[in-house]
Amino acid sequence: MQKLVEIVAGVTSGSTTATAVVDEHLARIKAREGEIHAFNLVTADQARKDAAKIDEDVKAGKAVGALAGVPIALKDNMCTRGVETTCSSKILQGWKPPYDATVVTKLRNAGAVIVGKTNLDEFAMGSSTENSAFGPTKNPLDISRVPGGSSGGSAAAVSAGFAAASLGSDTGGSIRQPAALCGVVGVKPTYGTVSRYGLVAFASSLDQIGPFTSDVRDAATLLEVISGHDPMDSTSIPQPAASLVSVLDHGVKGMRIGRVTDLPEGCEPDVLARLEAAFDAMRNAGATIVDVKLPSLQYCLTAYYLIAPAEASSNLARYDGVRYGNRVDAADLNAMYAATRESGFGEEVKRRIMLGTYALSAGYFDAYYGKALKVRRLISDDFARAYKDVDAILTPTSPSTAFKFGSKTDNPLAMYLCDVFTIPTNLAGHPAMSVPFGVGTDSMPVGIQVLATTMGEQTMFKVAAELERAS
Amino acid sequence: MSDSISKETVVKVSRLARLSLTPEQAEKMTSQLAGMLDHFRDIDALDLSDVEPMTQPYPLKNVMREDVEVKSLDRQEVLDQAPAAESGRFRVPPTIGFDV
Repeated sequence: MQKLVEIVAGVTSGSTTATAVVDEHLARIKAREGEIHAFNLVTADQARKDAAKIDEDVKAGKAVGALAGVPIALKDNMCTRGVETTCSSKILQGWKPPYDATVVTKLRNAGAVIVGKTNLDEFAMGSSTENSAFGPTKNPLDISRVPGGSSGGSAAAVSAGFAAASLGSDTGGSIRQPAALCGVVGVKPTYGTVSRYGLVAFASSLDQIGPFTSDVRDAATLLEVISGHDPMDSTSIPQPAASLVSVLDHGVKGMRIGRVTDLPEGCEPDVLARLEAAFDAMRNAGATIVDVKLPSLQYCLTAYYLIAPAEASSNLARYDGVRYGNRVDAADLNAMYAATRESGFGEEVKRRIMLGTYALSAGYFDAYYGKALKVRRLISDDFARAYKDVDAILTPTSPSTAFKFGSKTDNPLAMYLCDVFTIPTNLAGHPAMSVPFGVGTDSMPVGIQVLATTMGEQTMFKVAAELERAS
Repeated sequence: MSDSISKETVVKVSRLARLSLTPEQAEKMTSQLAGMLDHFRDIDALDLSDVEPMTQPYPLKNVMREDVEVKSLDRQEVLDQAPAAESGRFRVPPTIGFDV
């Protein structure tokens, strides 16, 4: 796999061209996309045009951006003006947004070349891409296994070398879990770090965009470009982007790394063995391992699967067949709404809309949604206490390596358990990232998750870089 | 929390959510939701009386921008993507007259 930073160095110095780089990636897509299905759409023609423009600028001695000539794939829930954006849902099939998401504008301004829109679980609801209305993505390392989800297409695109980097969105683990299962780096930044303007909303208080790359340095480089305050997102943190690449070689000497003693059960032994190896690596690099307790973590699934569907039921009310997307005609407005939504949404999306509507409905609000918000506070308070004693925490990213297709589709709760280690950070709004760290007994990659407190990206990247050096 | 969810409640909620479920779908949805709600009972044992609800992760309040004219989306570009549009407006079926 070609590194993002090598591509930028090659293109800006003239030792290679953006056109050559893009052509290489498009050739790999042509060779393997048929079996992988990472993309809903490959924008080959536009990518070649954009690459040619970068090459012209380099030749003319003009300044090019920090991502000059880097082929990047976008999860298909990020708006691209005039280019189909579907969320892997029939209800939005064919929709061409009238504007670009802020991250898309930032990528273009930095000279990145967008190669396509990647597959996901419909509206980002799922952990395997099996909920995509357009068929699942296969794990490039073993096509009988899922790539994880919901950003499975974005993870697979980087793992298969279809793009040097990609963007995903993470509401309960949708970047970190597929990154772990596909053996790449995936980052969920602090809530509010990356603008959500133009990201199709799933659960607005949890959603955050972040990068997939083949290593930690590439992730830091890309995150620096897409971060920063955006007036178009009222939840955007009014602070400039943190410097991340500059801290990668700082090491972890003297750092206190947390080990969660009451980690939720259900993790495979081979994954736990890699976690122990990660603690050993940190110790060898001069860090101290400190036990921390997060007693409320055991309630995170309940809190999450009430809060996220509640927000989703509200956000997805906009798909009503009036302003965008598809419509099923009926005699009156209410019948049209119901017919459109019945035909346009898949089973999992309907399940979550139902669950969320129920949790918010009169008579049940206090018992479900209201309580879940209080549990969210408990989890956040647990973390606040833990971060008085430690600088970062390590956990597994996912309880298992990539599983086989169909093994969890009959039981929604079993699928939800895939996110048990990733959900807590979304509830707290903290940053977390997954770094590949060896393999399990099935030779599939294991991801170790690095967690830090709000705006703790620098600490998180120092630890991630050290883990990568030891892997 | 309440006892397991009934099929009648599921049908009522599906109307609130503007989803028309077939009887078979309602049946399946009832058993799946009941399974989840059972799992969610784990928080019943917690004493949450003194806990402040947390609605957002980062404390921002009253985010305003300057009250100045800014460029908005192009009307025609927006309407071009609507299922039905007419004379610069979205076109919808009759809003009154039939029951759901």
